[in-house]
Amino acid sequence: MPFLGESIEETVQKILAGDRRTSGRLITRLEDGDDWGKEIMKRLFPRTGRSMTLGLTGAGGSGKSSLLNHLIERFRKMGKTVGVIAVDPSSPFSGGAFLGDRIRIQHHTRDDKVYIRSMASRGYLGGLARATTEALRVMEAMGFDVVMVETLGAGQDEIDVIRLVQTCLLVITPGMGDEIQALKAGIMEIGDIFVLNKSDLDGSIQVLRSIEATLSLKPGQEGEWKPKVISTVATSGEGIDDLMEGIMAHQDYLHNNDAMERAAFQRVEQELGLIFRDELERVIFKGLKGTGKKRRYIRSIIDGKSDPYTVIEEILETFLKER
Amino acid sequence: MEKRIVKKGIRVLLARLGLDAHWRGSIVVAHALRDAGMEVIYIGNQMPKEIVETAIQEDVDIIGLSSLSGNHMILAPEVVKRLREKGTQEIPVVLGGTVPPDDIPILKEAGISGIFGPGSSLKEIIQFISALGKK
Ligand SMILES: Nc1nc2c(ncn2[C@@H]2O[C@H](COP(=O)(O)OP(=O)(O)OP(=O)(O)O)[C@@H](O)[C@H]2O)c(=O)[nH]1
Ligand SMILES: [Mg+2]
Repeated sequence: MPFLGESIEETVQKILAGDRRTSGRLITRLEDGDDWGKEIMKRLFPRTGRSMTLGLTGAGGSGKSSLLNHLIERFRKMGKTVGVIAVDPSSPFSGGAFLGDRIRIQHHTRDDKVYIRSMASRGYLGGLARATTEALRVMEAMGFDVVMVETLGAGQDEIDVIRLVQTCLLVITPGMGDEIQALKAGIMEIGDIFVLNKSDLDGSIQVLRSIEATLSLKPGQEGEWKPKVISTVATSGEGIDDLMEGIMAHQDYLHNNDAMERAAFQRVEQELGLIFRDELERVIFKGLKGTGKKRRYIRSIIDGKSDPYTVIEEILETFLKER
Repeated sequence: MEKRIVKKGIRVLLARLGLDAHWRGSIVVAHALRDAGMEVIYIGNQMPKEIVETAIQEDVDIIGLSSLSGNHMILAPEVVKRLREKGTQEIPVVLGGTVPPDDIPILKEAGISGIFGPGSSLKEIIQFISALGKK
């Protein structure tokens, strides 16, 4: 069956030419996990990896979308085309989602050099949706100079984005002092740049000190990137100049070292793991479908005759033997 | 190789027409649609051009418009017209708000798929939209 009534080749050409209707539909197909999407991704892949990629992560309501709004504006002023992926959580109860990031950046819809896609996480962990990685590749293939990803802001587990993008911004706010204490151990790895947003609010100086103190604990290697802390007020635009400067400094760092290659390596490593898990699960469960085996396995676990570990071993063994 | 085509979440774009200042109704609908399992992109006050462009970027299954200030007779048909211009007329448009009964046939004629005037229940709206979205 053809994709959108067209051949794969036609679809690929349209995406490479930046056709928004086609790419919009492709991303939906990727979200739904159908095979045509995969065939197209195979063809697009060689045309990806050339955009500047940024991630914004941080707690819910910390100001990620408001900052994103400024960043889009700045990159547009530099003449760069911009793609955006904004992830919001799906409701665990209904499976539905209120995708509210877009409203803060919606006025850029008038600009035909900006392309925005909202995604629901659909229960996927790590702050992204399962198809965010692929959507990013699609936007790269469309030729955007800059692609930015906003993670959903639930807690502190939004870590997948770190390896997905080149430059990762962790947004924090005053009043998060305690959380920063708790984060201390892992905080160094999360952000290339720490954005202390809402620095107009009380307590911002203390939090700034606290982050700086934490960061200074890390014995920086010679030539290694030292994470920066930048204070901003997204509502007024204060500090956005500094933030842009910080982003560009990190990009320069990546380009002047073998760091860019390391970033690309980590990204593909993560992607490979993701696609592998997905495919393996899909292939194996497809094999079980209609055989009634899955149901029997589940029953045997409930009845205490088996356990999940034994069942998986059995399934894998049969699968590998059949190959 | 076997190909799977699966359609999962229904994606709905919700916008208020033009400068409509009433927002409560549309937020209530947005939450109800989410609770019914749909993915709702809420963009607040927008003009037809931006509504259609957003619908394309977000690949939505349905556009829901709300109007409480009487601008629906011009702006709602304008959305349908622009969808046609973009070759995306298969995206249905649903309108809710203060639509007088006399306007309904004219709007239907203009290509609006569903109209929910005052007194429409949330349940009706959800049922209509989810039936449209499953197509
Ligand atoms: N005082 C103050 N308020 C801000 C600042 N930046 C953002 N806000 C407000 O904080 C609220 C949340 O902002 P968003 O940009 O939506 O935050 P977010 O991190 O994208 O939120 P989620 O996507 O829901 O996680 C809004 O009401 C903003 O107006 C700031 O620098 N100072
Ligand atoms: Mg947001």
